[in-house]
Amino acid sequence: MEGDIEVMGKLIGAGLACTGMGGAAVGVGHVVGNFLAGALRNPAAAPGQTATMFIGIAFSEALGIFSFLVALLLMFAL
Amino acid sequence: MADDAKAAETGGTNIHPMDQFVVEPLFGDGALHWYTISNATLWFGMAILATTGLLVLAQSGRSLVPTRGQSVAEMIYGFVYKMVEDIVGKDGLAYFPYILAIFMFTLTANVIGLLPMSFTTTSHLAVTGTLAFGLFFIITLIGFMKNGLGYFKLLWVSSAPAILRPILFLIELISYFVRPVSHSIRLMGNMMAGHAVIKVFAGFAGAMGVGAVFPIIGIMAVYGLEMLVTVIQAYVFTILTCVYLKDALHPGH
Repeated sequence: MEGDIEVMGKLIGAGLACTGMGGAAVGVGHVVGNFLAGALRNPAAAPGQTATMFIGIAFSEALGIFSFLVALLLMFAL
Repeated sequence: MADDAKAAETGGTNIHPMDQFVVEPLFGDGALHWYTISNATLWFGMAILATTGLLVLAQSGRSLVPTRGQSVAEMIYGFVYKMVEDIVGKDGLAYFPYILAIFMFTLTANVIGLLPMSFTTTSHLAVTGTLAFGLFFIITLIGFMKNGLGYFKLLWVSSAPAILRPILFLIELISYFVRPVSHSIRLMGNMMAGHAVIKVFAGFAGAMGVGAVFPIIGIMAVYGLEMLVTVIQAYVFTILTCVYLKDALHPGH
């Protein structure tokens, strides 16, 4: 057991940053779940709203990607 | 070889998921200059060739009963045309050729990057950042040219209570400038994460001997998911371009 304490801190920080991706997963599931709930009530209106659903997915997914990026920066860039 | 020796020294498994994203010269191993023909150049060329082949060569017959290639090209054309018309409106169709070019480039670059041993050009922030910041400058310019100072109505939420408006102005300003950042990082992060996951599974397969069947099944599943993600991310990149363009042409809440 030997190594640099700085590397240890970076790796622990990268792992902690990845927990943020769980939040994005919850967000995307919420968007799609609510879309499906609405679409099953009114299937005729659903095809017109898929674009809106994808925009919602993209916005909530972006924050998860940000935390993934923070992990990558900690491991490779800093 | 050097990697194997390094792995043997440190005692870790021989998994290097990020090695596939290294830009290196295609011929020889000299330093990288702006004119060096690298693997990135090769796969950019592939993406441009595929786009040209699909949109120009497949359409050259112009037959009344379309061939397979022609009907695919017509479907993509109609799909993007309808997307621009629905989201931006009739006056956005002037910008349709540029948006079709953006869609075709991201789609072909993403999908070609899935080929084994290939290089995913869109997994680099330099590529997606250039696309997204270019779009950001163009769209801001269009917004000021079409609306003059009225473009600030996009940031000034007139339906909110008067006290809140300056605070909301600040928040909207920040969110306006974060747009190109999230626009580029979304595409780059999705591409890089998916390919790294495939490589990690491949590393497991190399270390497990006969038990490698399970990681290989895993690779097949992730690969199928990646096929979906590449197309969806190209779609999302284009649809967000359309949304930003709509804000530039019709500001206000």
